[in-house]
Amino acid sequence: MRRRDFIRTIAPITFMGGFKISALSRLPFFDVLHGATENDHVLVLVQLVGGNDGLNTLIPLSNYSDYYSARSNIAIPESKVLKLSQDTLNGLHPAMTGLQSLYDNDQLAILQAVGYPDPDGSHFRAMDVWLSGSDEDQYLDTGWTGRFLGQTYTNFPVGYPNADMPDPLAIQIGSVISPVFMANSGTTAMAVPTDADFYNLINGITEPEPDTPMGTELTYLQSVARQTNKYASAIEAAANKVTQQAPYPANNDLASQLKTVARLVAGGLKTKVYMVSFGSFDTHGGQVNPGDVTTGTHANLLQQTSDAITAFMNDLKFLGVDDRVLGMTFSEFGRRIISNGSMGTDHGAAQPVFIFGNSAQTGVLGQNPDLTGSNVESNIPMQYDFRSVYSSILRDWFCVSPDDVSTMLLKDYQYLPFIKNTACNNNYTNLNNLGNSLISNYPNPFTDTTTITFKTNGGHTLVQLFDTAGRLVMLPVDQDYAQAGTYTVSVGTASLAAGVYYARLQNQSAQQVVTLLKMNH
Amino acid sequence: MKQEFPGSPLGLDPYTGTWDTAHVVHLLKRTVFGATVQDISYFQGLTMSQAVDQLLQPTPAPVGKPLNNYGADPTGVGSYQTWVGTGLLYQDDTMNTNRLRSLQAWWVGQLLGCGRSIHEKMTLFWHNHFAMDALTTLSIPCELWYNQYLTLRSNALGSFPTLAKAITIDPAMLIFLNGNTNTMTAPNENYGRELQELYTVGLGLTGTTYSQDDVHNAARVLTGHTVDVNFNYSFLAGNHDTTNKNFSAFYGNNIITGYSGAPGAGEVDNLLAMIFSTDESAKFICRKLYGWFVYYDIDDTIETNIITPLATVFRQSGYNITTILSTLLKSQHFFDLVNSGACIIKSPLDLLIGLCREYQLTLPADATGQYNAWSLLSQRSATLQQEIMVIPLVAGWDAYREAPQYHELWINSVTYSERNFYTDLLVGTGDMMNGTTLRIDAVGFASLLSAPQDPNQLIADSLTVLLRPPLSASSITLIKQTILLGGLTTDQYWTNAWLNYIATPTDMTAFTTVDTRLRALYKYLMDLPEYHLS
Repeated sequence: MRRRDFIRTIAPITFMGGFKISALSRLPFFDVLHGATENDHVLVLVQLVGGNDGLNTLIPLSNYSDYYSARSNIAIPESKVLKLSQDTLNGLHPAMTGLQSLYDNDQLAILQAVGYPDPDGSHFRAMDVWLSGSDEDQYLDTGWTGRFLGQTYTNFPVGYPNADMPDPLAIQIGSVISPVFMANSGTTAMAVPTDADFYNLINGITEPEPDTPMGTELTYLQSVARQTNKYASAIEAAANKVTQQAPYPANNDLASQLKTVARLVAGGLKTKVYMVSFGSFDTHGGQVNPGDVTTGTHANLLQQTSDAITAFMNDLKFLGVDDRVLGMTFSEFGRRIISNGSMGTDHGAAQPVFIFGNSAQTGVLGQNPDLTGSNVESNIPMQYDFRSVYSSILRDWFCVSPDDVSTMLLKDYQYLPFIKNTACNNNYTNLNNLGNSLISNYPNPFTDTTTITFKTNGGHTLVQLFDTAGRLVMLPVDQDYAQAGTYTVSVGTASLAAGVYYARLQNQSAQQVVTLLKMNH
Repeated sequence: MKQEFPGSPLGLDPYTGTWDTAHVVHLLKRTVFGATVQDISYFQGLTMSQAVDQLLQPTPAPVGKPLNNYGADPTGVGSYQTWVGTGLLYQDDTMNTNRLRSLQAWWVGQLLGCGRSIHEKMTLFWHNHFAMDALTTLSIPCELWYNQYLTLRSNALGSFPTLAKAITIDPAMLIFLNGNTNTMTAPNENYGRELQELYTVGLGLTGTTYSQDDVHNAARVLTGHTVDVNFNYSFLAGNHDTTNKNFSAFYGNNIITGYSGAPGAGEVDNLLAMIFSTDESAKFICRKLYGWFVYYDIDDTIETNIITPLATVFRQSGYNITTILSTLLKSQHFFDLVNSGACIIKSPLDLLIGLCREYQLTLPADATGQYNAWSLLSQRSATLQQEIMVIPLVAGWDAYREAPQYHELWINSVTYSERNFYTDLLVGTGDMMNGTTLRIDAVGFASLLSAPQDPNQLIADSLTVLLRPPLSASSITLIKQTILLGGLTTDQYWTNAWLNYIATPTDMTAFTTVDTRLRALYKYLMDLPEYHLS
């Protein structure tokens, strides 16, 4: 069996500039690092609408031949894959030179195979799950960011804006506010149009209505509607403070949106979260050009995404606010391992997530997915629950206490180290002491039963069994262990259909996936 | 600055143009509360003239009476038993306040049940015309206000002089405007003034109108009309001024002969006849109806081409209300608005009742639930500055009288936010009271439309019902892609989601997928300034 890469956790950083943090902890600088209301951190959510083909975005080099055979009609040639410094196991799509430079510049973390159990392949359901932060079979009226903001800024919107929070809690770039911002008390976001519309908004320009009674009354209603926007003047003032920005690529919708975000951040808004969206990544057919698979629809989308984010980071630095911003890209799902006959890919499950910013802990977190034994229905097995990503952002970027994070996300989730611990002065447990192989099974292949052996640091430990479509078929372990150590669990597999399964271990920030093969008698 | 009304020079000539969905919606939104999918379809099956005739048909008086939804009643009325007809001898302010709340809720129920008739909207018109505030006059038994509603309703579409007479001797009105204490020795001019200033003649456009002496003399005519100890109307001849009353040149120097004894009561008929002999009376009512049903801005062209000829029709018909409504609603001018736009800003009741009817909100069938739901709407309308039976000024709600803004007065930065808040609530988690929830059923509404599986048709049909001003094609595409398709560009994804819901309606994922997006769609549309135009 191929030697698998193990989880690369980040050694805790206990020194900063040569000083122990404890020596600095009484300084005012550290006194403000308590919770989201007291720091100036900003999160930018970049939604890649349509389901991004993660396997052609973050390309596995360590098992390239499996990758190639799974999707030879759209596979990016190995020689064209962009290399990552300090990571020889993966590379980026050739269109993503921008993100490659961010990685090499210590500004990009990549999370492998982020998803959730039992995805159903529907764009709409998957978007609802990602934005609300729910389980597949759970239906929430609130969004994960909305719950964070609603519980951080208690009583919102009553008494807002105020001196402590004079600005919108969140801003949606565009005209329709994402459900991600819905709190129990209604949405926490305000919509701000991008580009030309944005300038019209702050300059108070609207299309003249027709010279009719209706036009007269509509103009009146619009003028009152503008007055009711409690944040219009704050946004206008922020926008007006920024008169020069670094260049952005032209004809790039995402770049236009991010340019607006940079302007508002640099203009001094205390807004915590921005949402931009871009797509459609729904590349069922014609994902690549037949003559040159490094070009085509998907390449264009990735290039625009990469160029926009890179220009954004460059602009943030130009504006002097680059330390304040962390970004995250996500899609509703990744796509199938095996490509289809239309030079495209169908709806999949887990996907890579990119975290960008000066505080991103550079590296690729997680293993390369095992692509052997795939059939056309096979999905990349989930390694990280998407809510673990949210959880870690809330904890390590907005400095929310773990208890509050659990309340906001409705459960405890695995803690993932992809943000530099200088952001909130959090420390991690170093899990490297567990060794390389955290989970294995014997016999493998097996028929009616197999025994899973796993290591835990103690505390809550999870072993999940997924089929290749990502469905959670069994939960052999879901309990707290008082003692760290190695444990075994016998799993009855008589009822399972023959084929490939994945056993996933999760304990604190550690996780690992092994491939299991069930045989017929 | 108000724009010139781009009206047809044909004015009141009958409209003979096309009769399509937009015309039906215009007619319905103006004459009843909201345009439902079924009503739009029904009236499209008629001709324009048939449609107006049907809408002008009176509906039967309500059978159900307002019920005790407030708990303990000192006169022993049980829970959800009617307090009407339980005697007027015992009165206290708390009881009358409770009953007023019950009556307000009940009235909302009447509006919701307006059906395919203008009757309830016209009753509300007359309620505003003969405005009152029950909360500041709690000494008036609430039952009298209930009776006044019935009086307004039974005369709403008939003869205006008959209505004016009925209101003049309406017990609640007699107490409200002090007619009950208007005597020969101590005349009280309150009603005599408002009868002319607010109810019939108006202040006129050019200032040529009745005089202060006319006010005084009208009050003298009205002396002796009062209520007895049982709050029934009575005429006390001994309190009546029996001398002749000489009116000004505005009334042709008319003299109303004074009578003693029972015949003195008949002088009020002569007073009303004199008032209705003036052109101004007909014009005043026509202007008010025009403002309520068409637009508030009455410039010289409208005055000449619409108001004046309409007033002539009104007088020639013996002030028949149905006749002028028919003339106005069938006119070329009324249907010019289909093209030149939705220019009436919805009153709070038009907004709320229209919303409930257009989305066809399911209200509880039991009395408790019904009253909870009606009370929620009544209270919300009050928050939005239109509270039934609590009209702050005797002249009616400002939006129908205060130049130059008129209907625009419904909207300010507070009420606009409140409107958005409430429509968001109704399409979101719903408004609740004591276990009763008022919530839009977005999927249920979409199911009524012609092709909900087609996102383009779904939006088009929704807009037909919900939004009169047109949205640009690019806005509609944006709404479709951003809300219904979640940023995707393939219509089929919506179609699949809808058909999946139809195939498995009890599947939570299938339902939630369409429900979430439809709620977002309708929230978006109701948050647009355009939603407040009718």
